[in-house]
Amino acid sequence: MHLEFNTEGGDFANAGAASSSVKNILRKMGIDPAIIRRVVVAIYEAEVNVVAHAYRGKVLVDIQPEEICVRVVDEGPGIADIELAMTEGYSTASEKVREMGFGAGMGLPNIKKNADVFKIESVVGQGTDVWICNKLS
Amino acid sequence: MKLSEISELLHTSVLCNKDLLSTEVENGFASDLLSDVLTIPVHNTLLITGLSNIQVLRTAEILDIRAIILVRNKQASDEMIEMAQRCGIVLMTYSGSMFKACGILYSNGLKPVY
Repeated sequence: MHLEFNTEGGDFANAGAASSSVKNILRKMGIDPAIIRRVVVAIYEAEVNVVAHAYRGKVLVDIQPEEICVRVVDEGPGIADIELAMTEGYSTASEKVREMGFGAGMGLPNIKKNADVFKIESVVGQGTDVWICNKLS
Repeated sequence: MKLSEISELLHTSVLCNKDLLSTEVENGFASDLLSDVLTIPVHNTLLITGLSNIQVLRTAEILDIRAIILVRNKQASDEMIEMAQRCGIVLMTYSGSMFKACGILYSNGLKPVY
């Protein structure tokens, strides 16, 4: 099953639409709630990152019986130093993002923690690609 | 602890899902930072927060959080109440501080997440 969601920078009202839909689908598939939790937390954090930092993005979801793979690709400023961005507590989030309860520098490390396979690539001035893959059993 | 007991102890206003007040929660977590909430191993958890926006509800939905108490007399928007209703989350407001809410609930037996 393939799903595609559009995300707009700054649109906090819709951040979480993709993770919420995926959660409902995985629940209907009868997947273990602990596995669902890891997957949806990772997707949600990635969605929030797009809303917080990018101009726009897409969440591309591929659900197979044994595995879910999600690619979150955005057009945005990109990340100059990925290693630094992966450091817990490091954040470039705006005051507005912090007021929403995010921007603590926990997003990318938390995605990595909840993903079985995590990959990130970024080009400064163009955008960022995040891949998340998790086994479903 | 039952949500009805929590509501009585704090004299909260229950904004929606009053029919779910018989639900039991195992533990509580208090934070104004959703980034932190997303890193905790919640299970049948009550979220106590002074943050009042739609992302609090979205975060609770993602984590299967059963109930939210908005402290410091923070008010919920219609959109928040509607989403809480839809997701089966009991949303309450409390006029006191986060510290006081935590103190009362902890001393009455509600466990911390860790």
